Amino acid sequence: MLKMRGVEVSYGKICALHGVDLEIRSGEIVTLIGANGAGKSTLLMAISGLARPIQGCIEFLGEEIQALPPNRIVERGISQVPEGRRIFPQLTVRENLELGAFCRHDPQGVRDDLAYVFSLFPILASRSQQLGGTLSGGEQQMLAISRALMARPSLLLLDEPSLGLAPIVIRQIFSIIQKINQEHKTTVFLVEQNANLALKVASRGYVLENGRVTMTDSADNLLRHEGVRQAYLGV
Amino acid sequence: MEYFLELFFSGLTRGSIYALIALGYTMVYGIIGLINFAHGEIYMIGAFTALICATVLTIWGLPPLAVLGLSAFAAIIWSAAYGLTVERIAYRPLRHAPRLSPLISAIGMSIFLQNYVLLAQTADFVSFPALIPDFAWLEPYRSIIGSSDLVILLTTAVVMLLLTILIKGTKIGRAMRATAQDREMALLLGIDVNLVISVTFVIGSALAAIGGVLIASHIGQINFAIGFLAGIKAFTAAVLGGIGSVPGAVLGSLLLGWTESFATGYISSDYEDVFAFALLVLILIFRPSGILGRHHNQKV
Repeated sequence: MLKMRGVEVSYGKICALHGVDLEIRSGEIVTLIGANGAGKSTLLMAISGLARPIQGCIEFLGEEIQALPPNRIVERGISQVPEGRRIFPQLTVRENLELGAFCRHDPQGVRDDLAYVFSLFPILASRSQQLGGTLSGGEQQMLAISRALMARPSLLLLDEPSLGLAPIVIRQIFSIIQKINQEHKTTVFLVEQNANLALKVASRGYVLENGRVTMTDSADNLLRHEGVRQAYLGV
Repeated sequence: MEYFLELFFSGLTRGSIYALIALGYTMVYGIIGLINFAHGEIYMIGAFTALICATVLTIWGLPPLAVLGLSAFAAIIWSAAYGLTVERIAYRPLRHAPRLSPLISAIGMSIFLQNYVLLAQTADFVSFPALIPDFAWLEPYRSIIGSSDLVILLTTAVVMLLLTILIKGTKIGRAMRATAQDREMALLLGIDVNLVISVTFVIGSALAAIGGVLIASHIGQINFAIGFLAGIKAFTAAVLGGIGSVPGAVLGSLLLGWTESFATGYISSDYEDVFAFALLVLILIFRPSGILGRHHNQKV
C-alpha cells in the first residue's frame, strides 16, 4: 500500500532521515518505534507532504506522492493524527470534526461518518457544541482520531497517541484503534514511544535510530528481541 | 443633547469606515501574521475606481443610486484583484522568509501603489460626485445625522452581518478560522491554505473598497495619499481592539471614531489625532494585546 524507498529529509544542514526504506501492506497495523529525536515525526510529515524529501520516493497505491501538496495526499486517503493532538481550541468539537471532512464532497457520507465517530466515542457527541480547547487530554485525543477518520482514510497515521494520557484512557484508545482497523479495514501506521503497547497491537514493527531503520520484524519477534527489550521496553 | 447626538453619530460613521478597513488588517494578521501595509492603498484604489466608474455612468445618465451601486461593485472587483495580486507577488514568495522580509515588502508595495496612482492620475485632490442623495424624510433630523451617514451605517451593518455569517457558518469560514489557529494542522486536514489566504485577501480588499467608495462620496474629494492616513488609523483601531480579532477590530474602530469625534467637538479639531493615539497608548499600556486580543498562552 505504502512504500518508502531511500527517503532522505533534512532541515537546513541537519539531516533527519537518512535513506529510509519501509513498506506498509493493506489492512495491517504497523508500528514504528524509536527514541526521542530519532526522526519518527519527520517520517510521518514526509508521508503527509509537510516535509519534503530531498531524495527517495514515497509510493502510495502504486503512485508516487512525495511531490504532491498535502491536500492531494489527504484526498488520496492518508490522514494523520499529529503528535500533541493539535485540536483547534477555539472551534467547537463539531466544527473540528467537520474540518476533518474538508476534502470530501459527499454530504451523506460525511453525515454517516459523523454518526460513526460519535458511536466510537459517545463522549464527543455529548460535547459537540463545546470548544475543543475545553476538552481533557484523553477527549482531545479521541477528537483528533475522529477528526482524521472524518476524511475516511484508507491509511491512518498516528503519532504518539498515548502521550500524556492515563493508562485507562490509553487502553480505551488502543482498543478503538484495533476496532477501526478490523471493522473498516483501515490500515494503521502507529508511531509510539510506548513500544510495549505498540508492539502488542501491531503485526509488524520497524525500529528507527538516528534517522535510519535499523531493524524490522514481526511484532512478536521484536517483543522478544534482546536489543529491543533493553533499548525500548525497559526490561 | 442634540450636539452630543450629532457627535455620537459622526463618530459612529467614522468608526464604521475605520472598521471596514481595519477588518482587512486584522484578518490578514490573524491568518499569516503579517501587517499588510499596502492595505490602505487598496482602499484608495477602490475610491479611484469608483470615481472613474461613477464619472462614466453619470455621463450615461444613470440615476445616482444606480451609479453608486455599480461603482461600488466595480471598486470591489478591482480592489479585490489588487489585493489578490499583491499577496501573490509580494507576500507569497516570502511565506517562509523571516518575519521582517514580508513587512518590508508590504511597505514597498504601499509606496509603489501610491506613486503608481499619483502618476496614472494626479497629485491634486479630485472632487468625487455626491452619489448618496438627500433623503427628504430625514430632513427633521438633519442636524443630528445626514443621509450619507445613514447609508454608511446601514451598509456597514449589513456587511458586518454577511461577514459574520461567512466566518461562522460556511466551510471556507471554518477553514479560515482553523488556518488562523494552527496552519500546519489545517494543511494536514487537506485544507488548501493558499486558497484560504487568497480568499482572506479578497474579502479584506472588498471591505476596504466599500469603505473607500462610501467615504469618498461622504467627503467629496480624494487623492492618491488618502490611503495612508486612513490605513494608519484603521491599523490603530485594529491594534486597539486586539489585532487578529474580528469583533475586536470593529470595537476598536468604533472607540476610535467616537474618541476623535468627541475630542473634535468638545475640545478642538487640532487635537483629533492626539486623542486618537493617546487612546492607543493607554490601551497598550494596560492591555498590551488589545481589548479583545488573544492572550498568547504557551502550549505545554
